[in-house]
Amino acid sequence: MLTFLTSAIEFGVIFLFGCVGEILTEKSGHLNLGIPGIMCMGAAGGCLGVKLCYLASPAPSAFLVVLMGILFAMLFAAALGAVYGFLTVSLRSNQNVTGLACTIFGVGFTSFFLNNAVLSEGVSTQLSQAGLHFFNHPLPGADSLGWFGTLFLDHGILVYLAIVIAVIAAVVLRYTKAGLSLRAVGESPATADAVGINVTGYKYTAILLGAAIAGLGGLCYVMDYMGGIVGSTVDQTIQGIGWLCIALVIFAMWKPAFAILGSIVFGALYILSSYIQGISFEQIPLLNIVPFAVTILVLIATSIVGHREMQPPASLGLSYFREDR
Amino acid sequence: MDEYALQLQNISKYFGSVAANKNIDLTLKKGEILALLGENGSGKTTLMNMISGIYYPDEGHIFVNGEEARISSPQDAFRYKIGMVHQHFKLIDIFSAAQNIVLGTKGSGLARINEEVKAIAEKYGFEIDPKKKIYDMSVSEKQTVEIVKVLYRGADILILDEPTAVLTPQETEKLFSVMRAMKADGKSIIIITHKLNEVMAISDRVAVLRKGEYIGCVDTADTDPASLTEMMVGEKITLNISRPEAHADRPLLEIRDLTVNSDEGSHAIENLNFFIRGGEILGVAGIAGCGQRELCEAIAGLRKIESGGIYHEGESIVGLSPRAISARGVAMSFIPEDRLGMGLAPSMSVTDNMMLKNYQDHGYGIKPLPLSDEDTPEQAKKKNARNRFTEFLNRHCPFVDRKKARAEAERIIEELDIVTPSTETPVRRLSGGNVQKVLLGREILIEPNVLITAYPVRGLDINSSYLIYDILNRQKEAGTGILFIGEDLDVMLALCDKIMVLCHGKMMGVVHAEKTTKEQLGLMMAGALDLEEEKGKPMGVAKDTRIGEDQA
Repeated sequence: MLTFLTSAIEFGVIFLFGCVGEILTEKSGHLNLGIPGIMCMGAAGGCLGVKLCYLASPAPSAFLVVLMGILFAMLFAAALGAVYGFLTVSLRSNQNVTGLACTIFGVGFTSFFLNNAVLSEGVSTQLSQAGLHFFNHPLPGADSLGWFGTLFLDHGILVYLAIVIAVIAAVVLRYTKAGLSLRAVGESPATADAVGINVTGYKYTAILLGAAIAGLGGLCYVMDYMGGIVGSTVDQTIQGIGWLCIALVIFAMWKPAFAILGSIVFGALYILSSYIQGISFEQIPLLNIVPFAVTILVLIATSIVGHREMQPPASLGLSYFREDR
Repeated sequence: MDEYALQLQNISKYFGSVAANKNIDLTLKKGEILALLGENGSGKTTLMNMISGIYYPDEGHIFVNGEEARISSPQDAFRYKIGMVHQHFKLIDIFSAAQNIVLGTKGSGLARINEEVKAIAEKYGFEIDPKKKIYDMSVSEKQTVEIVKVLYRGADILILDEPTAVLTPQETEKLFSVMRAMKADGKSIIIITHKLNEVMAISDRVAVLRKGEYIGCVDTADTDPASLTEMMVGEKITLNISRPEAHADRPLLEIRDLTVNSDEGSHAIENLNFFIRGGEILGVAGIAGCGQRELCEAIAGLRKIESGGIYHEGESIVGLSPRAISARGVAMSFIPEDRLGMGLAPSMSVTDNMMLKNYQDHGYGIKPLPLSDEDTPEQAKKKNARNRFTEFLNRHCPFVDRKKARAEAERIIEELDIVTPSTETPVRRLSGGNVQKVLLGREILIEPNVLITAYPVRGLDINSSYLIYDILNRQKEAGTGILFIGEDLDVMLALCDKIMVLCHGKMMGVVHAEKTTKEQLGLMMAGALDLEEEKGKPMGVAKDTRIGEDQA
């Protein structure tokens, strides 16, 4: 049971990164369906960052490796986010189509990039060393505090980072003027514009920041959960996770605080199949449906309740330009 | 200190070649309430939008407190302490009042805003709960938030665009007392309104605009509703629109005690009674947003009615689907402000748009067998069975008959003189007039017996307008009952047989177009003259006797 919960948390934070990133983006009124691709980009960027550290010195410091991994993951993800942002904010292209194109590009690019520019036999060893020892470095007390230590302290840095980011996002959205302005942009850009909020600026910031955070999800999967072992189907797996992240946004009703809980639920559901005794290979896909089924149930429930604050931002998916008023 | 808070000199604004405002001079004294009066499209809102930074004037100068001001954005306007409360509120629904008020400002944080809002509210006598969410608020509460929002930004000059249009009389009274409190505090206020009694009640001076031009400004104390109306509507212009003799027969469409709600939930139409007979044009006059849209939608079956009845040829059509109503021969063409918004799919071709409404009539084209007297009973029975079968087939045909639709499109194009490269041109690429002709043409195509047409000449030039009038007259002569919802009183006086005047969803009376005057219509539209009340008749079933009684 304990290992199950620990694994659920470890897997859940991957969802949490993607989900918080998507929530920020959606709060600005942009539905980014490129999240799966962007998370893949994060994984590719992270691997490159780690590789670069080893190129610079054969025994780099743990701090540097982790920092470079995070930095490059965010950079790669934000780059694809920037493409999405430019197309949807400045050129006002259709958000759904653009997002799907970004996913297709990001997934394909990652597969190509990892196989041709990053991975080789030596690098694979370096990556798994970085993953197992640097990214998965437990906090002090993980071994000595019994179940508490295992559950809460025996995680890598990215797990805590995810929760910190989610909490910050929740606080910013709820209690700060910047958060208020961002929500106003997503609800009614015309109103925001009329009171002097820089609508375009907020949209770009939210999209870039959201993409960078989502990118960390890809890094988290490769380095933390997989311990640096980059398999040949990594792009496909992350893509699947990415779609779940978007579902999780709905599940969490666009609230980062709910997303923390929701991500652990999703994580638990995702890994459930490995923990159920006697489950046949054919039944696993059935279990994998559960998160989506739960999301649909949440959608039905929120639609029936119809409470305004459980709804997506009112202008989600709509382009804005001032002359339209 | 300068006497004037705001001075406009020679302000002009053009949209394309149309002058929305022409050489307007306007002054607003410090600490006064100025009413801005004018018909629809007289350029009131355009003028105010230039002061509040939404439009930029093409010509002229604006002076604030005696100094020339360049106002090119709402933020500029705030810097000059000008705030506008728009007719359509700009509020974020899921935010609280306080959050909406503080949005975009650099002032104090969210924590202290609740107290500050309360302080402003107490000062002027508002009732406001800073923590209440907008979606829980009534229209008047939302308006309060908008006004406080403007005051919070430190506005000294307030512009209220038709603030009373959405309010009940009690709420209006409350608003007026707040306005007086603001005036006492030294704020200068411009209020746009159509209601003459309110102008008389609240304002110090009245400025009148007509067709984009400044007519004049008078002290409220020195004027009366009749002379204001005269300033507002102007001289009667004689138009050369033919009006064929109406050969009205029995009522085709009857409206009894109809009450319909607007989207906001208030009564858009209240206890309306009227009827249309075949072969006559009944005009509906009224200031924009007086329930015309809701009335059209209610008749066409697009809007739920609260109470009352709609009868077509003596049968109630309440609750029927829009398609069923249209199948009975009630056609509606509504031209909204953006002109493409309703009824046509802009990216689809003329032919496709024809099919949108009529596709269900198309079948396999199998003709029924002709019945003749020489048939033996057996033969007739067989033929009938076969005809029923082919009819069934035709009705459930999954294919559309493009050829027939194209022929119909060609006929409409020919008959109504629509200028289009081909029947396959997307409607979007046609000019406004031609688009409207396509819409009207399609409605006429189903050979309606009641035609409801709202603003059919909106935005059209003279020639196209006359073509539309011709089309309507031809329908009238063919015995169709026409409900013509219009904007231009001169046109309505020339075209319609009878004119019904609405004022905020209430009927002010029905008059004969030949026997009425523009001034009378103007007074009725502004709510200053109520023929219904004058006669003291109980509201009841529409009766012929009511028409023209007062004129006879």
